[in-house]
Amino acid sequence: MRQEELNRLRWRCTRRAWLELDLLLGEFLDQRFAGLSEAQQRAFVVLADMDDHDLWPLINGVEESEDAQQAAVLAMLRESRSMSRPAVEAQTSPVVNP
Amino acid sequence: MSYSNISVRKYDAVIVGAGGAGLRAAIQLSESGLKTAVLSKVFPTRSHTVAAQGGVSASLGNSEPDHWHWHMYDTVKGSDWLGDQDAIEFMCRKAPEVVVELEHFGMPFDRTDEGKIYQRPFGGHMSNFGEKPVRRACAAADRTGHAMLHALYQRNVRARTQFFVEWMALDLIRDADGQVLGVSAIEMETGEVSIFHAKATIFATGGAGRIFYSSTNAFINTGDGLGMAARAGIPLEDMEFWQFHPTGVAGAGVLITEGVRGEGGILRNASGERFMERYAPNAKDLASRDVVSRAMVTEINEGRGCGPNKDFVTLDITHLPPETIMKRLPGIREISIQFAGIDPIKAPIPVVPTCHYQMGGIPTNFRGQVVVPVGDNPNVPVTGFYAAGECACASVHGANRLGTNSLLDLLVFGKASGEAVVEDLKQMPVAHKDLPRDAIERTRERLERLDARTSGESEAATRLDLQRVMQAHCGVFRFDDMLKQGVQKILEVEERVHRVAIKDKSKVWNTARIEALELENLIEVAKSTMISAEARKESRGAHVRDDAPDTPERPNGRNDAEWLKHTLWHRDGNRLDYKPVNLTPLTVETIALKTRSY
Repeated sequence: MRQEELNRLRWRCTRRAWLELDLLLGEFLDQRFAGLSEAQQRAFVVLADMDDHDLWPLINGVEESEDAQQAAVLAMLRESRSMSRPAVEAQTSPVVNP
Repeated sequence: MSYSNISVRKYDAVIVGAGGAGLRAAIQLSESGLKTAVLSKVFPTRSHTVAAQGGVSASLGNSEPDHWHWHMYDTVKGSDWLGDQDAIEFMCRKAPEVVVELEHFGMPFDRTDEGKIYQRPFGGHMSNFGEKPVRRACAAADRTGHAMLHALYQRNVRARTQFFVEWMALDLIRDADGQVLGVSAIEMETGEVSIFHAKATIFATGGAGRIFYSSTNAFINTGDGLGMAARAGIPLEDMEFWQFHPTGVAGAGVLITEGVRGEGGILRNASGERFMERYAPNAKDLASRDVVSRAMVTEINEGRGCGPNKDFVTLDITHLPPETIMKRLPGIREISIQFAGIDPIKAPIPVVPTCHYQMGGIPTNFRGQVVVPVGDNPNVPVTGFYAAGECACASVHGANRLGTNSLLDLLVFGKASGEAVVEDLKQMPVAHKDLPRDAIERTRERLERLDARTSGESEAATRLDLQRVMQAHCGVFRFDDMLKQGVQKILEVEERVHRVAIKDKSKVWNTARIEALELENLIEVAKSTMISAEARKESRGAHVRDDAPDTPERPNGRNDAEWLKHTLWHRDGNRLDYKPVNLTPLTVETIALKTRSY
């Protein structure tokens, strides 16, 4: 994927209606996207173009995609965040009023 | 990159932002036959309005008796008397009209058995001037904002509103008389800069919740309209007032709904103590948002927080039967697993009070006209400039917003600003006023500086430090010494913002440039917030200071004798001045000052 296409994808992954999906898609793009097959990358682009209300139930597994490539990417999306955040300790920051 | 050939696009009106307020205003303009452009950083249905779940309030009285005057009372009380009573009366009286109108636009509201719009109870909604709860919130399941935005967008498609999607407005254009003549904007796909030359400009750019490290707001909420207004010499009003939600997932900010505590969730500190029993013996974990948030921060400040840094508390639902969690709170379980790495059936969820909503903004009157002080008059309209929704301060939310009034605000003032434009343009000459010769100078200077600088500060690191300074020094509970240090620190961050360098100098889809431009907006909001908060030496609504405690003389720390007034922050010299709160409604008696207690 060319850099400008990747930049456009980054914008569409990190300027969404919901914070939840900004976080999930942005991290997935940074950490997993480059390792996907071309077909999976295309499937991810289609998913990223969906409205948040349609995408969220797919990520949560409340609904399933009939497209095999999409289903594979969704499974990775589902796992990515919880896998990368095994412990509470790692993700908090000393930022509340000291 | 050269910015010498700037194209000029002429419209009757330009709207910046395509969330609820922008889309509602656009309907008014397009259906009146005005040539209207709407600029948005994202596709309209990706706007943050989509995230609003709770509902929109209107005294329809579909389930039990209700009255706009009672809604007005609740809103004034919720605002801790800082809201302007003319604007609040206007909003509450208009509520039934705009909600029914929305229904006619195709909004799929939940319905009663008789086919009327179903209404549910919501915190702070009372009948008969605070007597008992009333069902006033109209909703479309848990996707009210989403359904609303789709209904408004479809109506705009029908009205042939012209959308410019993935465009970012950069600067407001004013001439020597101060009249607003449009905006400059950049198209992300090409990197081209254009001037949108308009007789009227409406800002509907939403809030700026991303100034805080812990925020429930999506990344898009960078306060672009506030930054543009401030750079063009418009003051920002009441920026010290930000609503915090008690339960955001620590680190991520993602919202955990109040419903979890409604189902029996318990807040605990490091030793597992149910600490809310000490702060609110009756309501306990279900006390109001500000009470719970302050209790949580007190626990953390006094060393009873959880984790290695003792910087969060936990929300415990492990005592609930797994079937209840799976059935009643399935979404919450998913969020906790995804964003905390915790299955709440097995372990408690780490939470912190999290920034949720901006009460202040660009000062407007209840017609949506932007107003500034001139001489003795604090509210003189700026010709050609309007604002609505979270970016604006009408001021209906005052020091604290009542739940479900955010969606109402954007409907009422989106429509009102559109109506004001239609009326005001009738009084204006048919031809566009000429653009000033230096119309694009501020924008050109900002872009060329970013293009020229080859080394400097990292945008991402500077943004993160801005957010950490705001969270640590200007969070849910405020301390005089921390605020004073915070002012110095945020001014240091500002210096770094001016030295941000981007490596990528390309034109097409240069998101690094866009993010650097967003940061220049965030810093204006951050400065206005910190400086306004440091100066206000009382507690009121969401602004709670340790040195303004609850006493018999000053209940809740509120000091009406000195501080019943709106803050105005001017970017030039970080100057503050103040203007009176309008305590005179349009047709009814003043809702007299009293202690805000629930």
